[in-house]
Amino acid sequence: MAGTHPMNSPITSSPDSSPTIKFESVRLGFDEGDILRGVSFQVQERETLVLLGETGTGKTLSLKLAAGLLKPSEGNIRVLGRDVSSMAERDLLAFRRQIGFVFQEGALFDSMTVGDNVAYRLLEDKVMDDEIEPRVLEVLRFVELEHTIDLFPAELSGGMRRRVSIARALINQPPIVLYDSPTAGLDPVTSQTIITLILRLRDVFGVTALLATQRLQDGFALANFRFDPATKRVVHSTPNGKAGTAGRMAATRFLVLREGGVYFEGGPEELADTQDDYLKRFLV
Amino acid sequence: MADTPLQIAGREDKTEPPITVAGVLVNAAKGAVADVQDYAMLCGRTFVTLVTPPFYLQDILQQMDSIGAGSLPIILLSGFFIGAVMVLQTGSQFTRFGQSSLTGDVVAIALVRELGPSLTGLLVTGRCATGIASELGSMLVTEQVDAMRAMGTDPVRKLVAPRVIATLLTLPLLTAMTDFMGLLGGCVASVFSLRLSAIEFWRRAIDALDFADLMQGFTKPFFFAFILATIGCYKGLTVRGGTQGVGRATTQAAVLSSVLIIVADAFLTKVALFLADKLF
Repeated sequence: MAGTHPMNSPITSSPDSSPTIKFESVRLGFDEGDILRGVSFQVQERETLVLLGETGTGKTLSLKLAAGLLKPSEGNIRVLGRDVSSMAERDLLAFRRQIGFVFQEGALFDSMTVGDNVAYRLLEDKVMDDEIEPRVLEVLRFVELEHTIDLFPAELSGGMRRRVSIARALINQPPIVLYDSPTAGLDPVTSQTIITLILRLRDVFGVTALLATQRLQDGFALANFRFDPATKRVVHSTPNGKAGTAGRMAATRFLVLREGGVYFEGGPEELADTQDDYLKRFLV
Repeated sequence: MADTPLQIAGREDKTEPPITVAGVLVNAAKGAVADVQDYAMLCGRTFVTLVTPPFYLQDILQQMDSIGAGSLPIILLSGFFIGAVMVLQTGSQFTRFGQSSLTGDVVAIALVRELGPSLTGLLVTGRCATGIASELGSMLVTEQVDAMRAMGTDPVRKLVAPRVIATLLTLPLLTAMTDFMGLLGGCVASVFSLRLSAIEFWRRAIDALDFADLMQGFTKPFFFAFILATIGCYKGLTVRGGTQGVGRATTQAAVLSSVLIIVADAFLTKVALFLADKLF
């Protein structure tokens, strides 16, 4: 049964060194034309890859492809060693229990309370009732929204809905979390709260993450800061730019999509020091 | 994205092909064929979920309450006045020939065989198929359906199957209520308008019905239920264009379900009369 780890222990790493997520020459198009044209990249275990790009460059599509919600027209996508680009939907339904997805607007089920939203996966897995509430309260405590358990999504602010969405994605403690513009439309203070949560997830539980965003500052925040479990505070990360974790160093890299392809792939220092005119526009 | 002086040169020049009447018709035909294919696939997947576990019993009960119990007021009211109107319209003609006592026979046969199932189907389409389309469409545009899939739930099993099962179970019962209320309304109209005896009306109405009439009248609702539930779900789950698309899908669900129910009624009536002739 999923979710046997208590919330305060990191997910143990697999001895296999193959990438957790691997896109190979992925192409995806619609009637209007191809959005992704031969995109290739890898995400290693416990790494965070920040997807940057203008609107319509395929950031959200890349996340949905990684989750198997869409199928590429060409290419291959491997997640945790499985070929999600060719799996049948019924196999993907079970496989996606290993992936947490935080949608842009939260995508909470508006006819269910916060508690039922967060417990959704446990209810689907027929977890015993007396086990559900403590686990729901635990993840809501993690996102500091324990008091909203009986409220409906319509009664929450935008930032609160995002945090509940993160809690819902975490309930089974998946090894991979996909974030679709988690701070879009939020004020700077609330955005910082969301980024802090993502830092905690990365540094305490060691999740592998793909984060799509148009806000470069979110990516640099993940690259330059880390969550210290001892002091329970966000602190500046080590001088080499890599965020520290309980056992292993977790890197943050950037991938810039442009006109269907990978325009830039590299670390925060390379992006910050770039002389490319197009990339500099993101740094303004 | 609008072109500006800051855009990198060399972007592909996307020129649209010229629009022709033939092109529009071909695209419309292709779209219709694709829709039929997708609808058939949805129906196929729904059949599979109806006979394989897991079943979402709680959702089925909720939908039965929403579709069945929720439609009762309109069914009871409409049924009553439909029966009354039928008596008033037919009774006046029978009275001319001194056969007003036949009114109960005709109203009973027409209600049970035809008007009960078809009008119930159309009323429930207007109330429920539209509601299903708008609810599922809203879920689709707010990514709730994707969220469901991302958490390992089959949306067809969770959203479509409970609605189809609930409609299949409740529409025949609603049809029975329509028939009863129609006869009740007819009885009231007969007593006060045609000065017929209530007992005489009911006796003739019940005696006029035979097993073939009941078979026809209570087989049609199953087909109508499947049509309106699956059309509502299909239109909801294929919404395009945000909230405007949800509105469009809601209207299309009502129109398409209504038309298909009427068309199906014609074929089912023919088949039912043929079988009645052969078997009963």
